[in-house]
Amino acid sequence: MNFSIYDFTSFINWIDNSLNSYMSPGWAILVELVILGLVFIAFYAVIGLYLVLAERKVCALIQNRFGPNRVGPIGMFQTIADLIKLLMKELIYIKHADTFLFNIAPFIVIIASFMAIAALPFAKGLHAIDLNIGIFYMIAVSSLGVIGILISGWSSNNKYSLIGAIRSGAQVISYELSVGLALLSIVIFSGTLQLSGIVESQANGWWIIKGHIPAIISFIIFLTTCTAETNRGPFDLAEAESELTAGFHTEYSGIKFAFFFLAEYMNMFILAALAATVFLGGWMPFHIAGWEGMNNVMDYIPPVIWFFGKTVVVILIIMWFKWTFPRIRIDQILTLEWKYLLPLNLMNIVLIAFIVLMGWYIK
Amino acid sequence: MNVIFNYFGDVFGAIKSLWAGMCVTGYYFIHPGQIVTQKYPENRRKLVMFERFKGEVIMPHDENNQHACTGCGICEINCPNGSIEIISKKITNPEGKPERIIDKHIYHLSMCTFCGLCIKNCPAKAIVWGQQFEHAVFNRHKLTRVLNLPRSSMKKKTKESKKL
Ligand code: SF4
Ligand code: SF4
Repeated sequence: MNFSIYDFTSFINWIDNSLNSYMSPGWAILVELVILGLVFIAFYAVIGLYLVLAERKVCALIQNRFGPNRVGPIGMFQTIADLIKLLMKELIYIKHADTFLFNIAPFIVIIASFMAIAALPFAKGLHAIDLNIGIFYMIAVSSLGVIGILISGWSSNNKYSLIGAIRSGAQVISYELSVGLALLSIVIFSGTLQLSGIVESQANGWWIIKGHIPAIISFIIFLTTCTAETNRGPFDLAEAESELTAGFHTEYSGIKFAFFFLAEYMNMFILAALAATVFLGGWMPFHIAGWEGMNNVMDYIPPVIWFFGKTVVVILIIMWFKWTFPRIRIDQILTLEWKYLLPLNLMNIVLIAFIVLMGWYIK
Repeated sequence: MNVIFNYFGDVFGAIKSLWAGMCVTGYYFIHPGQIVTQKYPENRRKLVMFERFKGEVIMPHDENNQHACTGCGICEINCPNGSIEIISKKITNPEGKPERIIDKHIYHLSMCTFCGLCIKNCPAKAIVWGQQFEHAVFNRHKLTRVLNLPRSSMKKKTKESKKL
């Protein structure tokens, strides 16, 4: 077997074949699912913890501070220490809370983000499930998390939580439209809903370059709306520390709070990865048609690095938003969506349809 | 037509002003040299506090172990927290007249909110802000201090010091 870090298909097939040769197909699938689950849980923990650390470092640098710098070199293990602390904290029982819903809410939030991560293509052949309606699935699943937020706010028996949850509901339902439409623009360009197909279609250039102006407009709209989707600043009305203490997760403590916290960062990662996949070519190296020498050099860098590199860039931009802009009011959020982003998005879609029809993009 | 112009004017104006804000934070992000916070225990040796820093109330003594406190008790009256206790005593001075001097100027650092009213109101300017701030102790009784040093005496006012 020859494995390469450029194409994981053979590696995945090898695992599949060897499992099938040891056991019946049903057991093989079960074992594969368990392996996949463990890999994703480990991935989730590492990425989540280091995103929190990265956020704190970025925020510190923007505010002219050092940020965490005590636990380990340059604070490397700070968030791990925080996690251990949270694991040991008491889970406080809330009087008159709806215990069942209260306990289930963090799991809904985290399961929603788990489901979304399954469809992401990390490299050629390296994705858990390659749905032919990948984008549709991502949009559907990424908005499931808001149910968890609504439930947590409703069941906490706390006015602040309820206000936070309702705000979050209004916000996510509105911005869901723009996320979908922004992604739709690239679907029009590439002509497929399958994420691997969209990546393949960018072999001769990323859509943000090939699709020029309308793709850039879509990209900006997508970045704005996914900041809102993940309830991050400047759209963090659902938490709004200064008004609602902590919004929907005011009453949560210990590891349940950590779940919400991790899910927020994982959602950011997933949407950033989606932006990177759809607009910036995913794991596809940077290619310019005709420049063979440069294309070969770019091909030399493994696709996983391309994927994570682009995702990190998008995440940095989202963090940059959060630490630059002040939080906006609920009416301003709805105005922004319904009066500006949505009409612009619709106009953009019509423009793209026209451009594709006339063939005015780089093919 | 005007409405459409205004609409797009709003959009581009907003993007422009948001971009201006992002430039500022982006500049700080890529210039770590601009960091203004200090790493405290590492820089402890060369740490210089600001002149206005309120660390604790102290009573300066000169080289003859003399301070300026007359024991008037104004600081005690002014303290909103009752952090100051003045114990004065009456003595007969060399000229044979009775005189009030300070026996103990007791300062409870644990109760002080660093409001500065005592220092502001002291007519003799006998107490000032010290810059020491590492006050952590294991026993809170250690935070109760007698500000006038043992065997210290009051500085007699000269012409110059009265002018101040
Ligand atoms: S600073 Fe304020 S609280 Fe402290 S001793 Fe003086 S008057 Fe009292
Ligand atoms: S410190 Fe000042 S105000 Fe307080 S007793 Fe002495 S002279 Fe009076």
